[in-house]
Amino acid sequence: MATVALELPRKRTSAIPRSIRRDPPLVRWGLTLLALLALGVFIVLPLVAVFVQAFAKGLPVYLAAIREPDTLSAIRLSLLAAGVSVPLNLVFGVAAAWTIAKFQFKGKSLLVTLIDIPFAVSPVVSGLIFVLIFGAQGWFGSWLIDHDIRIVFAVPGIILATTFVTFPFVARELIPLMQSQGSDEEEAALTLGATGWQMFFKITLPNIKWGLLYGVVLCTARALGEFGAVSVVSGHIRGQTNTLPLHVEILYNEYNYSGAFAVASLLSVIAVITLTLKKFLEWKTKEGASK
Amino acid sequence: MSIEISRIRKSYGAFEALQDVSLRIEKGELVALLGPSGSGKTTLLRIIAGLEIPDSGSISLNDEDATNSTARERQVGFVFQHYALFRHLTVAENVAFGLRLRPRATRPSEQDIRERVRKLLDLIQLDWLGDRYPNQLSGGQRQRVALARALAVEPRVLLLDEPFGALDAKVRKELRRWLRRLHDDLHIASVFVTHDQEEALEVADRVAIMDHGKIVQMGTPAEVYDNPASAFVYQFLGDVNLFHGRAESAETSVSYVRPYELEITPQAETAHGAVLAKVRHIAAAGPAVRLELLREDTGHALEAEITRDRYRQLRLSIGDTVGVTPRNIRVFAK
Repeated sequence: MATVALELPRKRTSAIPRSIRRDPPLVRWGLTLLALLALGVFIVLPLVAVFVQAFAKGLPVYLAAIREPDTLSAIRLSLLAAGVSVPLNLVFGVAAAWTIAKFQFKGKSLLVTLIDIPFAVSPVVSGLIFVLIFGAQGWFGSWLIDHDIRIVFAVPGIILATTFVTFPFVARELIPLMQSQGSDEEEAALTLGATGWQMFFKITLPNIKWGLLYGVVLCTARALGEFGAVSVVSGHIRGQTNTLPLHVEILYNEYNYSGAFAVASLLSVIAVITLTLKKFLEWKTKEGASK
Repeated sequence: MSIEISRIRKSYGAFEALQDVSLRIEKGELVALLGPSGSGKTTLLRIIAGLEIPDSGSISLNDEDATNSTARERQVGFVFQHYALFRHLTVAENVAFGLRLRPRATRPSEQDIRERVRKLLDLIQLDWLGDRYPNQLSGGQRQRVALARALAVEPRVLLLDEPFGALDAKVRKELRRWLRRLHDDLHIASVFVTHDQEEALEVADRVAIMDHGKIVQMGTPAEVYDNPASAFVYQFLGDVNLFHGRAESAETSVSYVRPYELEITPQAETAHGAVLAKVRHIAAAGPAVRLELLREDTGHALEAEITRDRYRQLRLSIGDTVGVTPRNIRVFAK
């Protein structure tokens, strides 16, 4: 009976004439304009400003700023950090999501919470953790110095910090997806004679591929753009431990605006590409889920 | 290929899903595991398939111990309740999946695989759907594809979990007859799980009735229907009336009678010993007419089923008083 009682009023609303349901034109246009204005001021304007500033002194200056050896080295380091941390997080993320989605075990919710830690703590704190562990005064500091291994204020530290900060992206994306898909198809593959690996590569991976790519895109974008954590462990040595975002800061602090904005424009381009990919993959994941 | 299940136990935490279950299924036999939800029938099926590991007990396939072999090694065909078709593969690719997986040495040639897939799609009468994806099929079509996929690897045993559960009544009836014929052609041991007693009694050679993790009775459909071992079995296999007759032993036993075993007579002709009841509702559509009655002496509701001819003879209408005589009462100890 309850369902009937709930059904009726809903049917009635659709019978109300259109003019009553519509807000007055002033409200409609006013709200739309407000939304567009906010979007313009807070999103479009800054983005345009980056490119205007970058090209303010002409294309040759822009290109020179990008071709500068320190900038090139920052690009290389950012790509290296992303290039190592993204594949690592891909493997960790898939393994973690698999374990959480397909098995029941004690401490499962604790594991889910642990995966979220990098999202919860401030990136600066994430960076500090590594200084505390591997820095000269840290737990392993003296041992590392004795063996002449540099982690903090060197490339390994940057990679560690980037990996830590971007850890949740792939796992977070896959856990709900894999949970909703269940393990029926995997079990079917097993009864048909599949080995564990065959099951993973022929059934699980194709089913999660768009979600996985989505996670990887977000993970890559964050890895390239990470500032806080990397800033703490980097030491800001030009040409050695400077990533792209850190390099922007240095150039800006040196009043080299065209240089700073030129490098910033690179990061903006990455952001725009990420957004486009993200939109496409969201659409693909939805399409896959509805199948 | 026979299946021998011996003294299987399985618990999930404090819940005992299976308590000491033993069962033997011969080659060529089609056995139904029948029981209410939570009775352990699906768990038993999954244990036979190797998808679940029993806490104790053993399983032999073809008289070889298979307790410790994996699902892959057991070579069983398993049809899942919700079909579990691979959503990213076409119907033909789904059916070919098990064959294409095989190591090169035992894998048929691509041409042979295609031929086998074509034959299977013919068998399930869906040869025109080979290029479709599972989400483009109806429930009944998915069910048949799931069966073809399981059969493609030539399993030694066929296991089906609620094979017709998600289908509408008409498709269900068609498919279960088709399954029976298919099973007879294949001549392998098949086990299917169901909670629908009509389905189990119609299709299976033998029925194992399960309750609370135990097999409470096992036998041919006629055996279990005619000689139910307990009140539970009797109740589960068909509609029943709890019948408080004049039996003086009401504290130690319960009496049941099936709706069609109640004789309905006009009040005037009521013999000695009959119970008087008022007609509360009449459902006259269908092959038999169902009457809802209210006993005048105890106030209990009864359900009776009479033929259309008898109904016409009696000229019943709601509010009439009739005499009710049970033709066959079953008494079970409490």
